[in-house]
Amino acid sequence: MEDRNSFVREVAEKTYEYGFTTDVQTEIIDKGLNEDVVRLISQKKGEPDWLLEFRLEAFRYWQKQEEPRWGHLKMPVIDYQDISYYADPTKPSDKKEGPREIDPELMKTFDKLGIPLEERLALSGTAVDAVMDSVSVKTTFREKLREKGIIFCSISEAVREHPELVREYLGSVVPYRDNYFAALNSAVFSDGSFVYIPEGVRCPMELSTYFRINARGTGQFERTLIVCCDNAYVSYLEGCTAPMRDENQLHAAIVEIVVMENAEVKYSTVQNWYPGDKEGKGGVLNLVTKRGHLRGANSRLSWTQVETGSAITWKYPSCVLSGEGSQAEFYSVAVTNNFQQADTGTKMIHLGKNTKSTIISKGISAGKSQNSYRGLVKVGSKAEGARNYSSCDSLLLGSECGAHTFPYMDVQNDTAIVEHEATTSKISEEQLLYCNQRGIPTEEAVSLIVNGYAKDVINKLPMEFAVEAQKLLGVSLEGSVG
Amino acid sequence: MKQYIELYEQCRGMLNGHSAPVLNALREEAFGHFRQMGFPSQKVERYKYTDVARHFAPDFGLNLNRLSIPVNPYEVFKCDVPNLSTSLYFVVNDQFYDKALPAVPLPEGVVVDSLCRAAETFPELVKHHYGTLARSRKDALNALNTMFCQDGLFVYVPRNVVVERPIQIVNVLRSDVSLMVNRRVLVILEEGASATLLFCDHAMDSHAFLTTQVIETFVGENAHLELYELEETHVRNTRFSNLYADQKAYSSAVLDNITLHNGVTRNRTDLTLSGEYAETTLNGLVIADKEQQVDNNTLIDHRVPHCQSQQLYKYVLDDKARCAFAGRVLVREGAQKTVSQETNANLLGSREARIYTQPMLEIYADDVKCSHGSTVGQLGEQAMFYMQQRGIPYEEARMLLKFAFAADVLSTIHLDALHDRLNYLVDKRFRGELNKCEGCRMCKN
Repeated sequence: MEDRNSFVREVAEKTYEYGFTTDVQTEIIDKGLNEDVVRLISQKKGEPDWLLEFRLEAFRYWQKQEEPRWGHLKMPVIDYQDISYYADPTKPSDKKEGPREIDPELMKTFDKLGIPLEERLALSGTAVDAVMDSVSVKTTFREKLREKGIIFCSISEAVREHPELVREYLGSVVPYRDNYFAALNSAVFSDGSFVYIPEGVRCPMELSTYFRINARGTGQFERTLIVCCDNAYVSYLEGCTAPMRDENQLHAAIVEIVVMENAEVKYSTVQNWYPGDKEGKGGVLNLVTKRGHLRGANSRLSWTQVETGSAITWKYPSCVLSGEGSQAEFYSVAVTNNFQQADTGTKMIHLGKNTKSTIISKGISAGKSQNSYRGLVKVGSKAEGARNYSSCDSLLLGSECGAHTFPYMDVQNDTAIVEHEATTSKISEEQLLYCNQRGIPTEEAVSLIVNGYAKDVINKLPMEFAVEAQKLLGVSLEGSVG
Repeated sequence: MKQYIELYEQCRGMLNGHSAPVLNALREEAFGHFRQMGFPSQKVERYKYTDVARHFAPDFGLNLNRLSIPVNPYEVFKCDVPNLSTSLYFVVNDQFYDKALPAVPLPEGVVVDSLCRAAETFPELVKHHYGTLARSRKDALNALNTMFCQDGLFVYVPRNVVVERPIQIVNVLRSDVSLMVNRRVLVILEEGASATLLFCDHAMDSHAFLTTQVIETFVGENAHLELYELEETHVRNTRFSNLYADQKAYSSAVLDNITLHNGVTRNRTDLTLSGEYAETTLNGLVIADKEQQVDNNTLIDHRVPHCQSQQLYKYVLDDKARCAFAGRVLVREGAQKTVSQETNANLLGSREARIYTQPMLEIYADDVKCSHGSTVGQLGEQAMFYMQQRGIPYEEARMLLKFAFAADVLSTIHLDALHDRLNYLVDKRFRGELNKCEGCRMCKN
């Protein structure tokens, strides 16, 4: 008994590992949101007029919209005027000419997060774009990638160096009219990554972006755009953390992916924003629009996400399957503990012939959290032979949490086959007994069972991420059984 | 919406004058709620798939003065279920038909009567139940029905009485002009009571009908209820039916809803399991073609531990039919050991048919076993091939497979005679020969 108590205490005292802040001089613009702020952000980034116009249009549209309330979430009131929309930690104090120096403090931060920005230290085979607050700090391995014709840089650089590409694709998958938060992002977006894989190129390494919120009173509004041309391939990873604060910080991003003929994109996310404390105070509001457009025939896109952080997660990484024979996959593990809330899932919109999609979603709720799966499978009237299989399972750990499933299926074609199944259950006593009997303590047994339960998804992650994800699952759930 | 508010304001006196005080008592409150809410838009989650306001927009006549309709349903209606001996009652539009009651008396204490009359004979009993499940503030259609309903049906089975013989109620729609009908049904089963109810909806005239129906069902402790609803109307018929049921401890209920032929149908079923160890089964079968619409929307609310619920809804769609199924299972905090299963399967037979399906689980307790499944597909190619190879013509093979698909739902019907009859009707329906039996006027039309 004592053992157990000490374990519980140990866990209770355990804090969010990435909750530190970096003391670095950051230039933050005043709080508030109006056209001048939008202009200011654009000006700071030295953007061309067309982009400013795009931002302003989005902003005007956003002003006319109302915040959506339909999620299965208790949303805190967001005061959009009480957020600073631009924070730049790289701004040097004295205005020197020449390339910006990276503050060693920043380098240290990313080291601490396990994201070394020195190429020699990095894990071989992963190129990183490190974004803190509104600015990309550094992108590694750029030269090496450029040899193959691959463009991997922050979106601000892409606007400067490859405006024609950005102009062609920006907003083509997620138009600013898509939803409230997409409009907000389109108006004030800051750095994110831009990836362009030319025809026939197989990206030799994993590309990854690491997002970090650091400054107080800010939000993060990154924008990522991935274009994968004919017969190309890329695997892209996204990770994120934030310091512990007792205020809610807003994260409203957009990810757009364009996949051409025979191309393949794998997009993996391990989301570990600060989830708030045990009383549900603070934490990141993760309101993201992610969508891929499978334009070419036989294109493939897979979303894999491990969601363990954020006070509120509200996102539906989606696929529009318009290319004939295109295939999309969505694998998700969403873990909620304490007072976290998640309303996440996917949308598979079948427009082309013989398109296929698979959805595997695993929800795990513990503490007093609420975890919902919401998904749409739509088969358009021209999508002959479309095929979808969805399976979403929920695991409940604790009597005060909730697990919900809201699948929507709209089928307008008689040759479509759409299947959906879902189960909700808790870890059975037999399973626990079996482990206990063999000397595995309850906590470990739960972790073991949960990892087994989530394996279908974790197996889809690239190796480094899989290890991290597995650890995260353990940490997120500790203290939830007892 | 405006027309209904005006109509109510003008006809308040007339409505009250031709109804019972217990029913009148809730009218004003309902009116207030209706005026406040209006018809739900399609942005309201539970009305996502049916545009209510559009269906209520045309002008319909209302029989507020309770003119008696010249009809003898026994003469015109002979589509009885053969070999099923039932106590047969008729409700013409919303009026209980009391001119020819069944010869075999019901067990002692059992009441099947006009709601209006029951409200005068047993005012306390009716008052105690009426409008308590179908609250006007919860749903605009409840409010509308409560505002305008003047009569309907009352079924009461006292404590420990078992009604062996099924009670069949034929709802006949009959009018010389297009008509709106607001029917209200109250079913009360006391502790340990048992009854089987069969509601058949028919339209005798080819005029357009708009029916709102609210059924409130109370199933007492240890009671057992089987309630079958069968709709067989025509394409100009619009039906909005809200069925509410409350189940006490150890009770069991089977609620079947079969839409064989219709125009626009919206069925809402809200079931509350408020006593432990209650069991419930909800089944539905929809066969729709032409431009028919059927929207089944269910909610099973598990409030207490140890209850079980099952749902099975099957749809066979053809032509330009547009159908929807949305089933929500809610397991409240503390409702441990709940077992719930929800299945929805759909067959699409044509390119233009559309199906929206949405099986939802909302769970706030951890020790539960809940699952749901939903499929949309076509007839299996292999099965078709197998049959054709053995000399069964294409059309016939399709029919057989469709029939087999529907049989899952039909097999849950416990009344053998009804089961056989439905098999026959479903078969006929697939052959496109619906509504054509010998004899009654309805079939000759």
